[in-house]
Amino acid sequence: MVDLEKLRFTKTHEWLRVEGNTGYVGITDHAQKEITDVVFVELPKIGKEVAKAGEAAVVESVKAAFSIYAPVSGKIIKANDAVEKDPSLVNKSPYEEGWFFAIEIKDKSEADSLMTQKDYLEFIKTGAH
Amino acid sequence: MKYSPHTDKDKKEMLGVIGAASSEDLFSAIPKEFRLQKLDLAEGISELELKKLMLDKAGKDYSTQKLVSFLGGGAYEHYIPQAVESLISRGEFLTAYTPYQAEASQGTLQAIYEYQSLICELTGMDVANASMYDGASALAEAVILAVKETGRSRVIFSSSLHPEYRQVIKTYLEGYKIEFVEIPHAGGLFDETALKKEANDSTACVIVQNPNFFGCIEKVDEVESICHSCGALLIACVNPVSLGILKAPGGYNADIAVGEGQPLGIPMSFGGPYLGFFAVKEKHMRKMPGRVAGMTKDIEGKRGFVLTMQAREQHIRREKATSNICSNEGLMALAACIHLSLLGKEGIKEVARQNVLKSHYLKDKILKLSGFELMFDAPFFNEFVVRCGKETDKIIGDLLKHGMIGGLPLGRFRADMKNCMLICVTETKSKDDLDRFAELLGKH
Repeated sequence: MVDLEKLRFTKTHEWLRVEGNTGYVGITDHAQKEITDVVFVELPKIGKEVAKAGEAAVVESVKAAFSIYAPVSGKIIKANDAVEKDPSLVNKSPYEEGWFFAIEIKDKSEADSLMTQKDYLEFIKTGAH
Repeated sequence: MKYSPHTDKDKKEMLGVIGAASSEDLFSAIPKEFRLQKLDLAEGISELELKKLMLDKAGKDYSTQKLVSFLGGGAYEHYIPQAVESLISRGEFLTAYTPYQAEASQGTLQAIYEYQSLICELTGMDVANASMYDGASALAEAVILAVKETGRSRVIFSSSLHPEYRQVIKTYLEGYKIEFVEIPHAGGLFDETALKKEANDSTACVIVQNPNFFGCIEKVDEVESICHSCGALLIACVNPVSLGILKAPGGYNADIAVGEGQPLGIPMSFGGPYLGFFAVKEKHMRKMPGRVAGMTKDIEGKRGFVLTMQAREQHIRREKATSNICSNEGLMALAACIHLSLLGKEGIKEVARQNVLKSHYLKDKILKLSGFELMFDAPFFNEFVVRCGKETDKIIGDLLKHGMIGGLPLGRFRADMKNCMLICVTETKSKDDLDRFAELLGKH
C-alpha cells in the first residue's frame, strides 16, 4: 500500500510520489470518483520537457476529457503502458497501478511547495474542484 | 398578434433608462454619411404581389436547369434521385435546429450513424464524424488534427490543391504557428522530387487532393510513401464520386480522409449549403473534431443510437475542445446518406464510370479542334484543363448566348493560366450536349 502521507498534491488533483530524483504522477482518488469511468489515457512522449503546471497528459472519462498537469518541472522519463492498455486502472487503483508518467525532477523545492495529504483533504473539503 | 415587438411607449421607457433622447442617439458614434438613411423598398404589398415579384426576379437567374453547364472546380452537377429531396423534406428531418440534444431523436441519430458508416465504406477509413460545414473547413480541421497529433508545425501541399481550400486553411489556422509549404505542381501533379526535399521531421502532414484542382489524378502511393517516411500524417482530400472508380484513401494508407460531400445528392445552389466529410484511421479517432453517433444496446438489449466519443467536444470541454466547430450540416449529411443508399455500390461505380467516359469523350473532341490544347498529360477523372487560343471570357460569353456555361476560367486563380479553362463533364451531359459544346468551341 502506498503511504498517502508521503505523497504531494496539486490543486488540480494530481498526486506526486518522489523517489530520489524521480516523481511519479497520477490523479487522486477524489478526482477519479469525480470524473467517473476512465476510458482513455493519452500519455506524454518520453523525453518531453514539461513545466510545472504545464499540460502533460489527457485523461478521458465517459463524461469529458481532462488535462493532467505536471506537478513539477522536468523531463518525462517513463509512461505507464499498463494504464494506456487498461484505462480503468485509474479508477481501480489511482495511487498505485493507475499512475500516468514519471518525471525527472529539476527542482526539488517545487515538490516541497505542493500540498500534503492533510492540506489536500482540507482543500477538497472546502469545496474546491 | 402584433408583429412589432416594441411600442413607442416601450421604446421611450427603454431610452429613458439609459438616458438617450432618441434611438438616433445610440448611433451617434457612427458618422451620418455611413448610416443607412432609407431603404429603397416599396410600401407593404400583398402576398400575391410579393409572390409575383419573387417569381419575376427568380426568372432572371441562370441555372443548370435552364443551361447546359460544364462548370466544376469544387461544385458538381450530378443526377439526384427525386427521393432524396422528398425524404429530407419530411418533418422529422427538416429542422433548422442542429440536433444537439439528439438523444431525444433516435431517427436522427440512426441517420447520422448510417451516414458515417457509408462514408467509412466509401473512403476505406475506420471512423467518420457526423459531418462538417464543407470540404475546405474539413480539410483545415484535418490539418489541426495532424498538428496536434504530431506536435509538429510544417504543413506541405502542392499548388495542385484547390486555391480556395488553401485560402481557407490559412485563414482557419491563422492563430496557430504553422509553416505552410506550397510546392509548385509538376505537370499538374504533386512534384515528388520537391516533396522529398521538403518533407522532414518537423512535417506534421502532407495534403494530397485527388483528383486535384486541375482534375488530374495524383500518384497517391508515391506521395504516401514520402509522407510516412518522415513520420507525417497523410491527409487525402477526395471527391467522393471519384471513389466509385479510384482507390479509396484507406487503400493507400491515408491517416485522414476529408472532402466535399456536395456531389453526393446535394444540388448546386448559389454556393451552398455544402457538406464536409471527415474520416480517420482508428488511432486518430479521439482527436477527431465534431460529433460521432454510435450504435449500442439499452439495458433490455434493444438496439439504440447515442452520441459517443464526444469527451473532447466543444460543449463539454469548452476552450480546450479538439475543435471550435459547434454545428454541422446534418440535413446535408442525411441527403448524402440517402443518395448513397439509393446508388448502392454498383450505382456509384456506374456514375463514376460515366464521368470518366463522357469527360474523355469531350476531351478527345476538343483536342481535334484547332486553337485548343490539353494542359496536362496526367490521367483525369471528370475535369481537365484546356488552353484556349482566345480569351476565355470571350468564349464563355459566346457559349452563354447558346445556352451553355463553359468551363471555369483559371486566370482568376493563377496568372500563368490566363486563357485556360477547367472543363467538367459529369453523367448529366448527353452525347448531344457534348457534341454541341465541341461544335460551338470549334467556332473560336
